[in-house]
Amino acid sequence: MTDAEANRADRPSPQDDPELRTAQEERLKAVWKEPTGWRYFSAVNNDIVGKWYTLGAFFFFAFAGVLALLMRTQLMFPDNDFLSMELYNQAFTMHGTMMMFLFAVPVFEAVSIMLLPELLGNRDLPFPRLSAFGFWCFIIGGVFVTGSIFFGAAPTGGWFMYPPLSSEPQQMGIGADIWLLGLSFIEIASIAAAVELIVGVLKSRPPGMRLNLMPLYCWYVLVVAGMILFAFPPLIAGDLLLEMERAFDWPFFDPERGGDPILWQHLFWIFGHPEVYIVFLPSIAIVATIVPTFARVPMVGHSWVVLSAVGTAFISFGLWVHHMFTTGLPNISLAFFSAASEAVAIPTGVQIFAFIATLLVGRVTYSVPMLYATGALAIFVAGGLTGVMVAMVPFDFQAHDSYFVVAHLHYTLIGGVLFPLLGGIIYWYPFMTDKLLSDRLGKWAFWLMFGGFNIAFLPMHLTGALGMPRRVWTYAEGLGWDELNMISTLGAYFIGAGFAVFAWDVLRPKGKQPYAPRNVWNAGTMEFSQLVPAEHWGARCVPVITTRYPLWQQEGFLKDLDEGRFYLNDAEEGKRETMVTSVLDADPMQVLRVPGPSYKPMGAAVFVGLLFILGTFGLYAAAVICGAVGGVVILWWLWTGTSPIPEKEMKHAGRGVHLPLYRAGSDSVGWWAMFITMIGDLTAFFGLVFAFFFFWTIHPDFPPPGADIPEFWLACLGIVLAGLAWLTVWRGQARHHSGSVRAARFGLPAASLLAAGAVAAFIESARRGGLVPTSHAFDATCWIIVLWLGLHFAAGVVMLLYCLAGSFTGKMTPRYDADFANVLLYWHFMLVTACITFALLGLFPLLTGDGP
Amino acid sequence: MQSGEGTSLRIVHHPRGRRLIVLMPLWLAGCDGPQSWLAPAGRGADTVAGLFWVVVPAAAVIWTVVIGLAVYAGAITPRPHSEKGASRLILWGGIVAPTATIFALMVVSLFLLRDVTGNSADLTLNARGEQWWWRLAYEDPQGRLVPVPNELRLPVGHEAEILLTANRVIHSFWAPTLGGKIDMIPGRENRMTLTPTTPGVYRGQCAEFCGEAHAQMAFPVVVMQPDAFDDWLAGQAQPARAPATEAARRGAELFLSEGCGACHTVRGTPASGEVGPDLTHVGSRLTIGAGVLETSREALIDWIAAPEVVKPGARMPGYAMLSEAELGYLADYLMGLE
Repeated sequence: MTDAEANRADRPSPQDDPELRTAQEERLKAVWKEPTGWRYFSAVNNDIVGKWYTLGAFFFFAFAGVLALLMRTQLMFPDNDFLSMELYNQAFTMHGTMMMFLFAVPVFEAVSIMLLPELLGNRDLPFPRLSAFGFWCFIIGGVFVTGSIFFGAAPTGGWFMYPPLSSEPQQMGIGADIWLLGLSFIEIASIAAAVELIVGVLKSRPPGMRLNLMPLYCWYVLVVAGMILFAFPPLIAGDLLLEMERAFDWPFFDPERGGDPILWQHLFWIFGHPEVYIVFLPSIAIVATIVPTFARVPMVGHSWVVLSAVGTAFISFGLWVHHMFTTGLPNISLAFFSAASEAVAIPTGVQIFAFIATLLVGRVTYSVPMLYATGALAIFVAGGLTGVMVAMVPFDFQAHDSYFVVAHLHYTLIGGVLFPLLGGIIYWYPFMTDKLLSDRLGKWAFWLMFGGFNIAFLPMHLTGALGMPRRVWTYAEGLGWDELNMISTLGAYFIGAGFAVFAWDVLRPKGKQPYAPRNVWNAGTMEFSQLVPAEHWGARCVPVITTRYPLWQQEGFLKDLDEGRFYLNDAEEGKRETMVTSVLDADPMQVLRVPGPSYKPMGAAVFVGLLFILGTFGLYAAAVICGAVGGVVILWWLWTGTSPIPEKEMKHAGRGVHLPLYRAGSDSVGWWAMFITMIGDLTAFFGLVFAFFFFWTIHPDFPPPGADIPEFWLACLGIVLAGLAWLTVWRGQARHHSGSVRAARFGLPAASLLAAGAVAAFIESARRGGLVPTSHAFDATCWIIVLWLGLHFAAGVVMLLYCLAGSFTGKMTPRYDADFANVLLYWHFMLVTACITFALLGLFPLLTGDGP
Repeated sequence: MQSGEGTSLRIVHHPRGRRLIVLMPLWLAGCDGPQSWLAPAGRGADTVAGLFWVVVPAAAVIWTVVIGLAVYAGAITPRPHSEKGASRLILWGGIVAPTATIFALMVVSLFLLRDVTGNSADLTLNARGEQWWWRLAYEDPQGRLVPVPNELRLPVGHEAEILLTANRVIHSFWAPTLGGKIDMIPGRENRMTLTPTTPGVYRGQCAEFCGEAHAQMAFPVVVMQPDAFDDWLAGQAQPARAPATEAARRGAELFLSEGCGACHTVRGTPASGEVGPDLTHVGSRLTIGAGVLETSREALIDWIAAPEVVKPGARMPGYAMLSEAELGYLADYLMGLE
């Protein structure tokens, strides 16, 4: 690879011709044009979808904020009757649920989808339609869940939804189903976005941007998306178990039939605690981007910051039990999880001190985003310190579920999520809209929110110490809480006023306001290389990166970029193209054709959404039909949008480099997406396996003595058939790849039949064994595992038939067989799933002495 | 009342609290309260309150240093510092200082954890969380179970062991002035110990969201002299008194004829329902409705007529169809059950 400098100065280049450049730009503009009129909503481009996504997340934030103000109004006086008990319980449940599931996580994904391609100097993320699909799922699910409050049908079980309160239909009505199914739908969308972001960071970095040159924001995206991948699936598994208990009376959480309510708490908090860092780290990422810009120096201790982010992620998976200190655990477990909880202070400390160090080294220009970052630090550090307190077990015995914890968590989340995010909105507003926000309004909003926040939440520590528990819709007077609650409520109104000022500044018409100058903050990262007004093409061309802050450290970078002197400076074939590079060193690997505007992601989201929504109301037939239609739309989308056979093998990507247009196997982005998705899927399956072993640990005998157990020999038949199905796919793919079309045409149907036989054998094994899912948690757990396997094998068969259809229609050939390679990867995971299923159903009862 | 304290719920006798008020600045008076863990009246609460007054000032100092440093670095610093010095700051401020601090805290908190979990109880009681009240029962010296719903009374200076479970949903048993909380979980039995150190009347409350009336699931906590406690428990073990007045007698009849006995037990009468609280000595209890109303004739009338109004979500049906006189008789009868 030649140096950019040398390229410009020493050699004449076709790019010296301004007319050529203009023609290129015209072609790029045409290709990346945003759809107009009513077709606007078919857009899939990251900048448009990211904008919708961000606005949607803030809409839910505002909604949840209004709920908070209603609650604070109710709590202003003792024995107040502003809100009824029913409405208050719905309000606090929805406040937590929306803030976590509809704001904090989605807004990270939204901002990241919007930023990533430009931050990486690339055109688009590898799967634009997946981003759009995730967005539509989010909006449909979000409106469904939040809308329920207008019908008095919102869930009332708290955002943690503990059974048995949530599992008995007599205790809680349809609200719990709305919560479980509506949020499962949104969680799937979150995982879809996480897959997109991981593949985006790993595979669409610009040439030369080795991992250690990657902007800190991208590191955090990688870490957080990875956390989502491991944290959300246990919750999805928990949702599945809880909904099965509610809808079909499978007793996972019913102690009278071998279940245990604590199982949910484990599954929920294995998700719920990493969740806290999932929402916190992205905001730290924003601070890590803002601080160097305004300090005018690269981040001091860059590697330490990266290591700390990774370390936080790891530790965060080992401290979920600190939400369960009062459930009666042995002291040794308490001590272990207490230590882990305290330990997370260290990587957090490193990150905070790295920011301070950077400010010390640089010459700081103070600005409104910096004001927000400083306010965030002041609030967050206080929340971190109270976090260290509640991590001490005896302290938690008192503070747990009191207003002390309410104060603590709002200090961490508002300091650790909201303020950095608002600072980030101000910082990237010119990037998003080409205009600047008002400094004056930004400061007003800041001081109203910052002051209001401390007025509202600082006294709450004391309210909690005076014994006020959380989640109470009313309280008696004379307990010492009256004045404190009054003060908190007044503070809350100031927060509301501050956010209203902020929202006005963001939304007010800015037609006459002049454009912001290009790179208005003099930042070092590539997203600010964008022209003003911005084009939808992401980057004029895909640059060569040799430094962490190219706008500061690479001489002539902007000029080279604007003159298209790097890669992919044209759209000769009239197709949307983006650069794919290798994971570690970012060597150019492929010119990836990405699809343009389409309604299919929206359609798929609508029908898959109906599957969940109709399921909520128990309309299972209609739900399944909609789910099937959704599946067909997804297949149609995949068929028309992915791995098209290109008109030529190679393409000149610029600077003398020729790259393939098609890649299969582990070289392709689709393979990576499948791999990452299946890691998440397997994690969800492990959630079910966890349930199995959890029951085993809490019961003296599991399966219980004399229980019916699955038929051993049928389980053996099941694993043999599953193994043969996998073998057929594996060998079939290999032989097909080496040229045998027949291998596909015979192997794919054969594998489908074997897979169907395997599922039938496992089902029969459980059925003939006499397992009745409503009788005992053991039976229910075995059945849920078989059900999981059955649904996954069914999806696997659909994939096999998709490939078969591809083979017959010429979409899939031995040369262009990316689909087959991806499906094989899926079946590798199915083999693991089947082996675990066999071990639990067939072998495990042998160990406990009840075998054949 | 047999408590011998003669206090209303709102007034708290609290010698230690007074001493604190004398010793510490005036604003600390705000830490007093019948449900405050900063006004401890038991060993566990005392430990945590002591911890609180160490870690909170320490946290305030750390906060001031870190934020002071950030403001200095961001807004005041006259000239850029060297990168070497700044890196050293990350090492000392971000790694060494927090590691040392949390290591010390860990050690301390492990010792305190051992302190707050006692295992030499003189008294055992069973506590079962119901929606939304407390089914408490003491083991008396004869080994019998004495049901005393919705009121926790303990002898000062004696460790009490409480065995906790729940019916249907999860609750959390919390008497903050005595010690921390432990959850009550269906299908499980948890254990906690409380050692009261200061006689007085306090308040406890459910700390785990348990459905509609969670906010109004409370209980009075009375710490008594051991002799008074023994007398009280012996009294509670007795069957109900016969009605002493004509009005109370008519109330007793109504109690049975209106079906109250289907849910409530009055020992010594045919009323033997197990769904709601045992009312054998309801007249001697400080509150009704699980800490919601102070016991009085008027409160009983309000409660019986419309529990749903006093405590939204309460499972007891209202008896508004009874005449005012009939409600009065019932209240007279129940007030007489001392």
